[in-house]
Amino acid sequence: MTDTPDASKAVDQPPATVDLAVEFAASGVGEILDELDRELVGLKPVKQRIREIAALLLVERARQKLGLSTETPTLHMSFTGNPGTGKTTVALRMANLLHRLGYVRKGHLVSVTRDDLVGQYIGHTAPKTKEILKKAMGGVLFIDEAYYLYRPDNERDYGQEAIEILLQVMENQRDDLVVILAGYGDRMDKFFASNPGFRSRIAHHIDFPDYSDDELLHIAETMLEGQNYHLNAEARALMAHYIELRRAQPLFANARSIRNALDRARLRQANRLFETASGPVGAEELSTIKAEDIAMSRVFQIAEAMSDKAAS
Amino acid sequence: MRITQGCFSFLPDLTDDQIVAQVEYCLSNDWAIGIEFTDDPHPRNTFWEMWGNPMFDLKDAAGVMMELKACRKANPDSYIRLNAFDSTRGFETVRMSFIVNRPKVEPKLDLTRTDVMGRRMDYTLKAMR
Repeated sequence: MTDTPDASKAVDQPPATVDLAVEFAASGVGEILDELDRELVGLKPVKQRIREIAALLLVERARQKLGLSTETPTLHMSFTGNPGTGKTTVALRMANLLHRLGYVRKGHLVSVTRDDLVGQYIGHTAPKTKEILKKAMGGVLFIDEAYYLYRPDNERDYGQEAIEILLQVMENQRDDLVVILAGYGDRMDKFFASNPGFRSRIAHHIDFPDYSDDELLHIAETMLEGQNYHLNAEARALMAHYIELRRAQPLFANARSIRNALDRARLRQANRLFETASGPVGAEELSTIKAEDIAMSRVFQIAEAMSDKAAS
Repeated sequence: MRITQGCFSFLPDLTDDQIVAQVEYCLSNDWAIGIEFTDDPHPRNTFWEMWGNPMFDLKDAAGVMMELKACRKANPDSYIRLNAFDSTRGFETVRMSFIVNRPKVEPKLDLTRTDVMGRRMDYTLKAMR
């Protein structure tokens, strides 16, 4: 009975120390970071930044427990990088990460583009933007190709209205949702330059680098593995060559180009099996992509034509 | 006179935290939430003005609270209620409805008796302010 008042006192007082390692283990953030390392190829600087953010948030949470922190940190982010560098994929993980750390309540990702936010006539934009914002509350709002929101050539463009509402909610309801803007580097820079309000409200600017050839080959193999296909040794070598050539050609979209190439290779493989198979085919044959499936690609013909032109 | 209709109307007015908890419960059941308001609390007045469309696909109560705040600002002295719509049967059915805002002075409901044919009596309710 005598120790009851002491116990109640201990509850009122914030704890004197917080064990960060225990906090880290309890939050389950380690799993997400490991998953990120394991499943996403390359992207070193991005992973580094995410680690830093996770550490910051963890420390911030510990501070809160000790009664040191008063405000929620600004978590809005901008992801810049070339097409196909994994911005959307990382955003999805980010939502999960923030949820584990308790900075967003639900942890879902709402992915939108200009069309979802901006209306077509006067008075249409505000309700539309608000509806999306309401859906994103408690989670992460991911705005892909955010620079389309601002059209400098048309001063009566409704995008400006959407921007104003976004800024207001980003400022006033920081604990309700996190906004991630994404887009190609140079155009995002221009967008931020003409909308200083956005720049100052976004704490983390993360730049996604292009993948190297090796990383793309690794990605190709992982993608195929996920679909229960594999490349044989010859095809693998040819794929490496393909990536090299494809990079030099216009409209190269990193991992997305690779995914499309693989889809076409699967198409050709299916066709080849139909034409050549006599009798039953085994699982091994059905899941192997051979060199000839990749060699048919237009990329090689274009590269050949170019080198011919250079020779003549 | 305190109007009692919908859920919780015999309880003291819900605080915002309690409203959030109720909305979270609705959202966890995948119900859509609509906000409606009126200045006429007559029990037969079932069609209140809608404050925007019902909100579908929400995950968190913050969105509802944002709209509720806007509605309170625009109609501080009226009744506001939240309706939760369930669509599992293929059409939107109201599963829950509760008042979240009342005018400072609530109108009285006045009962009028009218003698009609024979010894029949008709009763009419009228909101008096």
